[in-house]
Amino acid sequence: MTTAISVSGLVKTFGRTRALDGLDLTVEQGEVHGFLGPNGSGKSTTIRVLLGLLRADSGTATLLGGDPWRDAVPLHRRLAYVPGDVTLWRNLSGGEAIDLLGRLRGGLDPTRRAALLERFELDPTKKGRAYSKGNRQKVALVAAFAGDTDLLILDEPTSGLDPLMEEVFRECVAEARDRGTTVLLSSHILSEVEALCDRVSIIRAGRTVETGTLDDLRHLTRTSVDAVLTGPPPRPDYVHDLTVDGNRLRCQVDTEQLGALLAELTAVGVRSLASRPPTLEELFLRHYENVSDAPSTAAVR
Amino acid sequence: MSGYALTGTGALYRLALRRDRIALPVWVYVGTGMIASTAFSFRKLYGDEASRRTFAAGIDGNGSLRALYGPIFDGSTIGGLTAWRMGVFGAVLAALMSTLLVVRHTRAEEEDGRFELIGAGAVGRRAPLTAALATALTANAALAALVTVVLLAAGQALAGALAFGLALGATGVFFAALAAVTAQVAETGRAANGLAGAAIGLAFVLRAVGDSGSGAGWASWLSPIGWSEQVRPFAGDRWWVLALPLGGAALLTALARALVEHRDLGAGMLPQRPGPAAAAPGLADAAALARRLQRGALLGWALAFAAGGAVFGSVAKGVVDLVGDNRQMADLMARLGGQQGVLNAYLSTIAGVFGMIAAVYAVQSVLRLRAEESSGRAEPVLAGAVSRLRWAGGHLLFPLLGTAVLLAVAGATAGLAQGAALGGGTGDAVGRMLGGTLVQLPAVWLTAAVALAVYGLLPRWTAAGWAGYGMFVLVAWLGPILQLPQWVLDLSPFTHLPHLPGGAFTAAPLLWTTALAALAALAGLAGLRRRDLG
Repeated sequence: MTTAISVSGLVKTFGRTRALDGLDLTVEQGEVHGFLGPNGSGKSTTIRVLLGLLRADSGTATLLGGDPWRDAVPLHRRLAYVPGDVTLWRNLSGGEAIDLLGRLRGGLDPTRRAALLERFELDPTKKGRAYSKGNRQKVALVAAFAGDTDLLILDEPTSGLDPLMEEVFRECVAEARDRGTTVLLSSHILSEVEALCDRVSIIRAGRTVETGTLDDLRHLTRTSVDAVLTGPPPRPDYVHDLTVDGNRLRCQVDTEQLGALLAELTAVGVRSLASRPPTLEELFLRHYENVSDAPSTAAVR
Repeated sequence: MSGYALTGTGALYRLALRRDRIALPVWVYVGTGMIASTAFSFRKLYGDEASRRTFAAGIDGNGSLRALYGPIFDGSTIGGLTAWRMGVFGAVLAALMSTLLVVRHTRAEEEDGRFELIGAGAVGRRAPLTAALATALTANAALAALVTVVLLAAGQALAGALAFGLALGATGVFFAALAAVTAQVAETGRAANGLAGAAIGLAFVLRAVGDSGSGAGWASWLSPIGWSEQVRPFAGDRWWVLALPLGGAALLTALARALVEHRDLGAGMLPQRPGPAAAAPGLADAAALARRLQRGALLGWALAFAAGGAVFGSVAKGVVDLVGDNRQMADLMARLGGQQGVLNAYLSTIAGVFGMIAAVYAVQSVLRLRAEESSGRAEPVLAGAVSRLRWAGGHLLFPLLGTAVLLAVAGATAGLAQGAALGGGTGDAVGRMLGGTLVQLPAVWLTAAVALAVYGLLPRWTAAGWAGYGMFVLVAWLGPILQLPQWVLDLSPFTHLPHLPGGAFTAAPLLWTTALAALAALAGLAGLRRRDLG
């Protein structure tokens, strides 16, 4: 696999605010890459650097083998972008906006355009000012999916979509991947990321704190254990959030200590045992919440 | 709902004052400052009554000056001269300030979706409109008070000073109420400002026709700006005339309130039509998009320029007749080059006014770039295979060529109307008038290029593009009457243009003004290429 997006040590400051603080991001060709982070962590700033709208202060960024600032125009022929908050021209109809946005990068497939309008249930004759937030989002999505592009950059693209349309969106991303398109998907909707993404990068305060496949990330974190034993449970000091209620034990354990815990539990005698890998939510919350230990410890674990 | 319709007005009023804490004082201080400096320079230049009377008689016999500034009702006092010289200007300034203010706090807020947040609070349906009008009332009251104070400080009578201040303030209040209505009718802030701006233009033209001495004096009474002149400060102080703008404002406010009750949030009064399901083949690049976005405004401006040219062209007959009737005046004017000279002086002044107004359009169409950028609409365009220069270039064709269209239209209609009114060669009149208006282009371009340079290099200070315009126009417009030193006058490109028709044509100032414009534009584009967008 070759690399579609390669960013390293990216720094961008706005006045005294350090929006990007040495961010790294690698997206391989043909993958759907989830780009996660709390509000204000620098996701949109990264994307705007990749689109050549902002100029980075330092660090390197390569997009489809080119420089996103210098080669913006030829690169943009090969990519489509959906912002999280689409604003349309008040006096252009949705259909006109779709065609215009498509033509600005070299044209749309008319058959696919028609099919997408149908699937997203979008009326293209309304004027820009008459669309709701979700429908404005659909205009940009149809324009993006109806073209043949090497790369889709989607910045929280489903904000405002209802669950049915969210489903259509997932199908469209899957179809794009099947055509060989690389997708960078910035999102807050974890089920969406879980369903679509091959790999994810989690950023915080302008820095990448985790990157890898979902399995990798799960492996790096703690498993929840809920066991009912035949006797009084042990109280090992390497587990976290331990609660003991009679013969019942609940705790979280780092993956490398899971074997040791199971050995201790079987030594007492197990009546029932449930262990659950961490959900993406838990993974997330850990990174979003722990301000102090996030960048350093996450990298070590 | 009626019991709660005004809930929250006080909070919104304070919010409006807080948001406008810089803009409103600037408007009021600039207006007052210019009136003060006019009064003080008249005091210096025409210290005794005899010199004032001579000056006033010379002015009042000149139809073109009367069309621009209005008649002098009593030129024996400094106050009377100041009220004449700054009356129309002050009334237009108050009208613009009030219009922009009311639209900014009503329709523009609604368009941006901020009203939704406010409307969901404990805020009555009419509260935003009422708060905006209260803010406008405050600003105009401050203007009236300050104008009164500075004229008192210049040693003028209290009654006249107060009458002048109130005449300006009442005009502002009238146009605030008018803007409250256009903000209900139009769906965008831009359109609401456009409608109200057209009304201001119409009011100016009506009183210009009435004041020019062409026998249509009644036309001044159709114009709110004419009413403010007819208060006649320092020349009888006709207080009852103030009832016209204030009564009109009350009626318009009632209308706006009724309209608020009968429409949905975000909607206008005009129905929406569906658009095409697919784009025409021509809508294929950034330049085509720019044409689509800007053509409506250009059409509106072109219609206004055509109408303005026709009106000022047809008034030319009155200018000539007026001089013909008055032996003494004719002697004076003979020194200016006889009847033809008077006519040329009038026509070249009118051409200059069209140039300065075309510069408003030029700056406005340059700043469309900023509106596209800050609204986020430029982003998906530039995420396409579109370079920044190409994107900007599409829009910049309008300040470059649209201004030529406007000036040509005004020159053509002015020439036609003048030819029809005076008889003689219409084609000749059109050609001479076209020369007069088109010669304004370099100065118009330079004004636009300054705005572009500010936008490209200092995007956060884009509004300062208007400051450049304001300086150019104020210097050229008021500098000569204030007898400012030549180097100050030279700061405005409009000072350097040949006075056509009639004056000598010299290409040099046109060439170097155009060259300066090109330099400023290139600096702006270079800045735009290098900086962050959004």
